[in-house]
Amino acid sequence: MRKYSVFAIAREAMRAHKGWEAQWTSPEPRSSYDVIIVGAGGHGLGAAYYLAKEHGITNVAVIEKGWLGGGNTGRNTTIIRSNYLYEESMDIYEHSLKLWEGLSQELNYNVMYSPRGVMMLSHNIHDQQSFKRHINANRLYGIDNEWLTPEQAKAFVPVLDISKTARYAINGAALQRRGGTARHDAVAWGYARAAADRGVHIIQNCEVTGIRRGPGGEVQGVETSKGFIGANKVGVSAAGHSSVVMEMAGVRVPLHSNPLQALVSEPLKPIFPCVVMSNTVHAYISQSDKGELVIGAGTDQYNSYSQTGGLQIITHTLDAICELFPIFRRVKMMRQWGGITDNTPDRSPIQGVTPVPGLFVNCGWGTGGFKATPGSANLFAHLIAKGEPHKLASGLNLDRFRTGRLIDEAAAAAVAH
Amino acid sequence: MSSSSNSGEFRIKGAGRHTPARTARFTFDGKSYTALEGDTVASALLAHGVHLLGRSFKYHRPRGILTSGPEEPNALLDVSRDAARRQPNVRATVQEVFDGAKIASQNRWPSLKYDIGAFNDMLSPFFAAGFYYKTFMWPREAWHKLYEPIIRRAAGLGEAPKEADPDHYASRYVHCDVLIAGAGVAGLTAALSAAATGKKVILVDEQPEVGGALHFDSSTVIDGQNGFDWAQAMAAKLKAMPNVTVLTRTTVFGYYNHGFLALVERVTDHVALPGRDLPRERLWQVRAKKVVLATGSIERHMVFANNDRPGIMLASAARSFLNHHGVAVGRNVGVYTAHDSAYEAAFDLKRAGVSIAAIVDSRSHPGDGVLAEARALGIDVLTGHAVTDTSGRLRINSITVTRNGGANARKIKVDALLISAGWTPSVHLFSQSRGKLRFDEANQRFLPDIYAQNCISVGACNGTDDLADLIDEAIAAGGGAAVVSGENRFEWTGGMIGAAEGAGPEDAVKAFVDFQHDVTAKDIRLAVREGMHSIEHIKRFTTNGMASDQGKLSNMHGLAIASEMLDRPIPQVGLTTFRAPYTPVTYGTLIAHSRGDLFDPARKTPMHAPEAAEGAEFEDVGNWKRAWYFPKRGEDMHAAVNRECRTVREVGGVFDASTLGKIEVVGPDAAKFLNLLYTNTWDTLKPGKSRYGIMTREDGFIYDDGVVGRLAEDRFHVTTTTGGAPRVLQHMEDYLQTEFPHLNVWLTSTTEQWAVIAVQGPKAREIIAPFIDGLDISNEAFPHMSVAECTIMGVPGRLFRMSFTGELGFEVNVPADFGAAVWKAIWERAQSMGACLYGTETMHVLRAEKGYIIVGQDTDGTVTPDDSGYGWAVSKKKTDFVGIRGLKRPDLVREGRKQLVGLFTKDPKDVLEEGAQIVADPNQPKPMTMLGHVTSSYWSETLGRSIAIALVAGGRAKMGSTLYVPMADRTISVEVTDMVFFDKEGGRING
Amino acid sequence: MLLIHCPYCEEDRSELEFRWAGEAHIARPENIAAISDEEFAEFFFLRNNEKGLTYERWRHIHGCGRFFNAARDTVSDRFLMTYKAGLPKQPIPVASKAAAIAEEKTVETWEATEGDAR
Repeated sequence: MRKYSVFAIAREAMRAHKGWEAQWTSPEPRSSYDVIIVGAGGHGLGAAYYLAKEHGITNVAVIEKGWLGGGNTGRNTTIIRSNYLYEESMDIYEHSLKLWEGLSQELNYNVMYSPRGVMMLSHNIHDQQSFKRHINANRLYGIDNEWLTPEQAKAFVPVLDISKTARYAINGAALQRRGGTARHDAVAWGYARAAADRGVHIIQNCEVTGIRRGPGGEVQGVETSKGFIGANKVGVSAAGHSSVVMEMAGVRVPLHSNPLQALVSEPLKPIFPCVVMSNTVHAYISQSDKGELVIGAGTDQYNSYSQTGGLQIITHTLDAICELFPIFRRVKMMRQWGGITDNTPDRSPIQGVTPVPGLFVNCGWGTGGFKATPGSANLFAHLIAKGEPHKLASGLNLDRFRTGRLIDEAAAAAVAH
Repeated sequence: MSSSSNSGEFRIKGAGRHTPARTARFTFDGKSYTALEGDTVASALLAHGVHLLGRSFKYHRPRGILTSGPEEPNALLDVSRDAARRQPNVRATVQEVFDGAKIASQNRWPSLKYDIGAFNDMLSPFFAAGFYYKTFMWPREAWHKLYEPIIRRAAGLGEAPKEADPDHYASRYVHCDVLIAGAGVAGLTAALSAAATGKKVILVDEQPEVGGALHFDSSTVIDGQNGFDWAQAMAAKLKAMPNVTVLTRTTVFGYYNHGFLALVERVTDHVALPGRDLPRERLWQVRAKKVVLATGSIERHMVFANNDRPGIMLASAARSFLNHHGVAVGRNVGVYTAHDSAYEAAFDLKRAGVSIAAIVDSRSHPGDGVLAEARALGIDVLTGHAVTDTSGRLRINSITVTRNGGANARKIKVDALLISAGWTPSVHLFSQSRGKLRFDEANQRFLPDIYAQNCISVGACNGTDDLADLIDEAIAAGGGAAVVSGENRFEWTGGMIGAAEGAGPEDAVKAFVDFQHDVTAKDIRLAVREGMHSIEHIKRFTTNGMASDQGKLSNMHGLAIASEMLDRPIPQVGLTTFRAPYTPVTYGTLIAHSRGDLFDPARKTPMHAPEAAEGAEFEDVGNWKRAWYFPKRGEDMHAAVNRECRTVREVGGVFDASTLGKIEVVGPDAAKFLNLLYTNTWDTLKPGKSRYGIMTREDGFIYDDGVVGRLAEDRFHVTTTTGGAPRVLQHMEDYLQTEFPHLNVWLTSTTEQWAVIAVQGPKAREIIAPFIDGLDISNEAFPHMSVAECTIMGVPGRLFRMSFTGELGFEVNVPADFGAAVWKAIWERAQSMGACLYGTETMHVLRAEKGYIIVGQDTDGTVTPDDSGYGWAVSKKKTDFVGIRGLKRPDLVREGRKQLVGLFTKDPKDVLEEGAQIVADPNQPKPMTMLGHVTSSYWSETLGRSIAIALVAGGRAKMGSTLYVPMADRTISVEVTDMVFFDKEGGRING
Repeated sequence: MLLIHCPYCEEDRSELEFRWAGEAHIARPENIAAISDEEFAEFFFLRNNEKGLTYERWRHIHGCGRFFNAARDTVSDRFLMTYKAGLPKQPIPVASKAAAIAEEKTVETWEATEGDAR
């Protein structure tokens, strides 16, 4: 792999950029691999990269139905943070955040991790109690998260309306300064390039149609639109399609696939310095480096694989955005799109072994999978290589739905009394 | 060529459809201009010879007007009426001039002519597509601190508004039989046909007048008259029909599921002095049984070196400016085309007195008709030639022309260049409706193939070019009948997609594919070389098609260049998805009325106004406004709450409990039903009595709680938490309708029906006694947890003897309409006896002193009844209730679960922070093992010390032990105690 | 925004009037107190999450208030039928099934694999 640098760019500039090599190749699949990963999103590509780099397993294929990075990796609003409440969540998201901090250098690919701060607005006493619970738990766990007064919040985000007369006035905010954004496509491409460089095969436009199992029930490989491909270990990381793929092995996972929509505005000069989220009015917003306001909307209420959703979800989100930032009412929506999120009953991910020997699953990241990409990939690689979860991911198992030991971040946000 | 008015020296007398006498004044970058009414900003500026309107996104190259419609990528301007009514990124080709408009260029500094950012253009060899993924990585922190801020400042186009938008917007929901998008020949004909059936028809067009391509196409004759005039006549006819709505200046921007379409109507942006009652824009949300797409097609540009200079524009745009606006885009105009349609632009201009430098046609064999006409008009046509370069810093001044293959290069002077690579069918809405496209190899275009909804494409957007065929198709689509006949002067041939001769192959050439984002042919080639083989990868890597025009001009060219590089046919390279909106839509329009008070209407209790008059501060609880505390002059919150607490305990207090959810559960099986829905037992509850109940879901975690009174054998008055009322009713209805339909029970929400006034404290009975008729409320006759229907101040009411303070207490329920009057009467008497009004904060303190929990504060969806110390409320005898199995799961019965306990700080004056975390060893390294957290914490005026409730792992076994609450600045020692801090014997409640 | 036929009101109404209520035909075990942890997890958490034909429940919450069942294609979001609560799982009428299958192909190739480089 030829290293990227400003010098490489200067050299290429002199020869009309003719010398750049392909970032990844598109090989025909071998008849078998040591490991097959289903799904070439950030999680799957990253897992392949870490399998090769940290576990010496390079005979790996990542099989993708469409184009790499084309699922939720390329459809999300790129928010990164680790200020979750429960230890299981803090473990994995903070592991991820630490990897984000060095990811551009690790991959020699600028993923534009931008720790511009993630601010969550508190609108009432209930929010305040919940945020302080998070802040205190984060502090004792070694994760940055701080409480801001409304005035401090406005100093950080000057366009914020903190007037007391607002319908949902702001009584403070929680700020994680290390939180921020990254360039979503670059994460998929950076992992793809680095994994391919270590020998990983990335096989696009290849749909998995079945999972073949041996007499003992163990995994033998996958049936695909390009024929059977053997492997004794298969890791499924297929986001919204995880239920479909797992069903091929006869494994049911507690997931709902829901459309999640997002939208961007026309490009504007810098006006919005960080990420702002509000659970009470259901909105999150940041501004991309290109100048678009990037706004995340809610999920539609029903199960769907259609990657589209209702306009009412978008308008409801914009109601909230314009209530928080009345100066944006004349801004224009330029593009809206949808993804399919895979949601578990406790809104926490599932990563672990399955009842099928050799079959591993990584799913259920819901609306928050992007921020977890490096951490999830890293721990998924460990799981596949060792056959058992890393201790940072040991709580994310499927068994929790039997025992009742849920990681209920949504419940922890609780409801108004 | 001359101009009689001051509306611009490039106005052509006798051309165009505007009235010379009707003028409007506007400024552009501070300079004043006169326009004609009906001008777009683009046509008005062109009339004055102004071509330089903006700077591109990345290289800050000078840019002019490329199009005459919503696909415009270059001419984006800042348009304002006043400081608050300022709109960035407005397309000059769409915005109509109004008198007094202030218009400014964007993305340039210090001025449009001299822009420092243009330095980027010189550095462009370094700024190839995706260069930023390859650098700016060292040192680690520099991306965020150094590089990113520079890139962000350079990027973006317009400046966001600085003030809240004072305009208002409207919204409308409509159902119709047929919605027709586009009112060109096809749309109008389809509308005439559909209207004839009597069906409810909506015809929509984005331009100020109907006509579509007839705006520029002056040679088409329909029903014996000029096409544009015919269109206006047909629109008038349709408007007069009661079953037809014609919407102009309206864009169908989204085609969603199940025949749902969203339209934006621009109501006042073209008006100098809009009426105050008019909305700026109106959102139409239409459910259409059938949709006819007559969205036409969009002309493509030619891709060649330096094809972006001001003065270069689409041939059809130049025709629009001439034939509709009466403006010549230059005095010596060149044409570079691969399609016959551009010839007609040359013909029109030539006839208007403009000299045509040459028509350069990349084809060897243009259509015979246009070729003959060109010869007849004396226009020089160079077939099999290419324009390989252009020059001119702020406006094109010459073109370099060669024979195809590069021979015989020469320069030709021009002051404008018209370009056309043919026409791209507008399949955006079809794609949004999730129909499938097919590639029309012969004509190099994507056309509708399989429909996913009840819609039909007609005309140019369906690839139907022949006018007679188009009319037949439109009549059929309308489902009725119409008689329309038309004829074209010329039958158009030709068209190309991808890079033209002048786009390379040498990769130093800037041949723009996507103008706004500065994506060139070589960028797309580079993306392919770097392994980006999917069109989505190419799009994302180069940003082709991601600018505010969303690829209307660039997508097909980009695809063709990629296809050539990959040596794969176009259908195999794919096409990026067209997403809503078709053109950008103002947030204000999308939210319409949903702002301010209507954003999320606040729920207020019947006593809200009198409470406000008493000086209440309110807090938001869900969407309710609840009285929080009642400060007297000079009191802060703490002083007020301390006084209120003291007064309630010593005398009495009046509290508004109306927000609590109320559900009437009625029927012969009501008790059986509640037995199943609550953990407690209800058939043992006697009429006239009430009981505290806990509700769990199947998972066994506390879902809600509240007091339930039994008014009769078959009638219960159920109360829920304030926030829980709707979901509890949904939960109950779900079980009643689907799991227990054999039970004979009715559920009715009565939350808004009852105003609830809680009177608590030693004098509570004395306070309410005079208002109660027909009921003995003595302690003996009406003990704690009694309920009765009675007459309260002459109105039928319900009285509960209950307490959430630990004091003697009643809750007076009266019909909501009488709430304020009864409240006033009770408060007047209470006040005279020395009692107080108290709010939710005092309520919280008083209940915490008694160890009463608040679901949602002390519990969070992971807490079982036993965890909260309410295990007694779970029946051991019942064989079934919702939650019975979930409660027995391994993790819910394990040792060491978090349990609610009391905490005393070692220093009684320390009030813990709600949400603070608790540890056993404060000196352990991070990450620390946390035992739980503080759920409620207050200063207890009654006890003269702080109190707290906390969830602590194995809490009840830790009574008396010392734990620690490490805060940022210090560690607080706490002792685990019982949760009941006050009146442990509970004697006061029976006072 | 979906358009949903309420089998009680016998009208097509906008999705705004309805609330989705999860997979249909999952009966609460009559002996729920006696089932195993695995059986409970299956009953309470595991759902089919089909890609394609799904049977689900809706409630006409801002209308008649009734819960009812629906058969819908989760790829196209097209409703194949709705029917009253308490009725057993209904077979799909042949006509709407054919329409759904045709549509599924359409949408699958268009939206889900948009921009394929096959």
